[in-house]
Amino acid sequence: MLIKRPPDIRPSEITPEHVYRSRRRFMRESLAVAAGAGTATLLGPSAAALPAEWLSAREVMPGEPIGEQMTSERDATGYNNFYEFGTDKEDPAKYAHEMTVDPWSVNVTGEVAKPGKIGLEDMLAGIDLEERIYRLRCVEAWSMVIPWIGFPVKKMIDKFEPTSDAKYVEFKTLHRPSEMRGQRSFFSNIDWPYVEGLRLDEANHPLAIFAVGMYGKLLPNQNGAPIRLVVPWKYGFKSIKSIVEIRLTKRQPKNTWNVLQPQEYGFYANVNPNVDHPRWSQASERRFPTTIFNPNRIATRMFNGYDEVAPLYKGLDLTRYY
Amino acid sequence: MAPGRSRLQATRLLKPVVFCLLAVPLALLGLDLWREFQVPGSGFGPDPGEEIVHHLGSWALRILLVTLAVSPASRVFRTPQLVRYRRMAGLWAFTYVVLHFSAYVWLLGGFALETLAGDIVKRPYITVGFLALLMLIPLAITSTRRWQRRLGRRWKTLHRLVYPAAIAAWTHLLWLSKGGFMDPFVYGLVLVLLFGERIVVRIRKQRRAAVNAA
Repeated sequence: MLIKRPPDIRPSEITPEHVYRSRRRFMRESLAVAAGAGTATLLGPSAAALPAEWLSAREVMPGEPIGEQMTSERDATGYNNFYEFGTDKEDPAKYAHEMTVDPWSVNVTGEVAKPGKIGLEDMLAGIDLEERIYRLRCVEAWSMVIPWIGFPVKKMIDKFEPTSDAKYVEFKTLHRPSEMRGQRSFFSNIDWPYVEGLRLDEANHPLAIFAVGMYGKLLPNQNGAPIRLVVPWKYGFKSIKSIVEIRLTKRQPKNTWNVLQPQEYGFYANVNPNVDHPRWSQASERRFPTTIFNPNRIATRMFNGYDEVAPLYKGLDLTRYY
Repeated sequence: MAPGRSRLQATRLLKPVVFCLLAVPLALLGLDLWREFQVPGSGFGPDPGEEIVHHLGSWALRILLVTLAVSPASRVFRTPQLVRYRRMAGLWAFTYVVLHFSAYVWLLGGFALETLAGDIVKRPYITVGFLALLMLIPLAITSTRRWQRRLGRRWKTLHRLVYPAAIAAWTHLLWLSKGGFMDPFVYGLVLVLLFGERIVVRIRKQRRAAVNAA
């Protein structure tokens, strides 16, 4: 069995529903494989986006609980920043269904030996999915705990064989004003499409994942369907949604918020309680759900508590490179 | 019967109606709070505090603009009796501002007074919002007839503070906006129209005075 659990499980780590569900699914699938009915037949070649059954037909390795209360699915899918659909937190849940995610393909370009435009399902063929329970810390000083389903970014990028010149990865979100009302808005000063980027060594870090699902299901559109980035030690805006382009580059990409307000948003955007946003403190965060009587304010941790990424920034002045 | 008398009666009847209208946003909030108490999570999204602060702040600015619209509207539509509702609107605006600030201190700040004081000093958008609140306090206090009589001509001068207060409140909104500028644009436009009307009236008055003097 692949499921590794610590010998004594603390009460705070009692298995949530979707985990045991996915564990059962995993076991079911294992049995199916044992019976000789391989799952590979379900991964036929196609340029289409993921059909609803796609995920249920895959093995998903359950994630390690982190001993923190999971944000409810309702909150994580109903309270979003996805300015392509409007600036209110409820806008994405209201309007993201207008976006077509089928068919979906991703254009891989730049410093790679094997560039090309690839259908999502082909792109994901042969990649093992796993669940990751991550804290998500928004630059606006609120946070959630979300069970993602995805795979390390490195696994995908390696497929395209980056050249020795590749130092950064740039990602782009879909730009389709006809289906994304925020991109049509006269009052938005964002230069679409949304762009984000990572240093290649950051992208290659095992914690950085591409997510295709959450809470045991495919990603809802408002959460960045069909494929998004999740970089848990950085502020949420780095975790770009609905990706259509991946470009390996020599130069540091110009990420959208940095271009818009360079004194407020940097390229690195590592979660850092010691460097305040000019308009608010980053020393603490409101962990959702909050209540009327309790803002549930908790201390923000360096790198959002993911200390293992610290070596990536050795010698870098994080006050300057915020 | 003199027309003035029936108008006065109409005002007496309408005043409670206008009062209730201005209280509607507060009543709606109360309804959400009640639902939240019945079934937690049903009245608001995942962040009730932020939602409540935002709701109260938006209505504070809207009703402040309504208050500022009373005089221009009474001139444009030649309905001087509108001015009878101005104090009520102003006091409601002040109420929403105070509730907005209290909700911020309590629900978002968790009464961490030191942090809050730091925020008021360090964060320009909070500073201007707080300034708006400070400027409105003397206006609320001196809104009574008694104070009006006591201050005489100076009352009018003092109450011009509402203009910088409105500008500060709008700046507060502008500086906290991120990415979308629809709200600051719309409110800014209303503010420009309301100030513009006053400027035009003033210029006309000066011209007339100049003509009369000549």
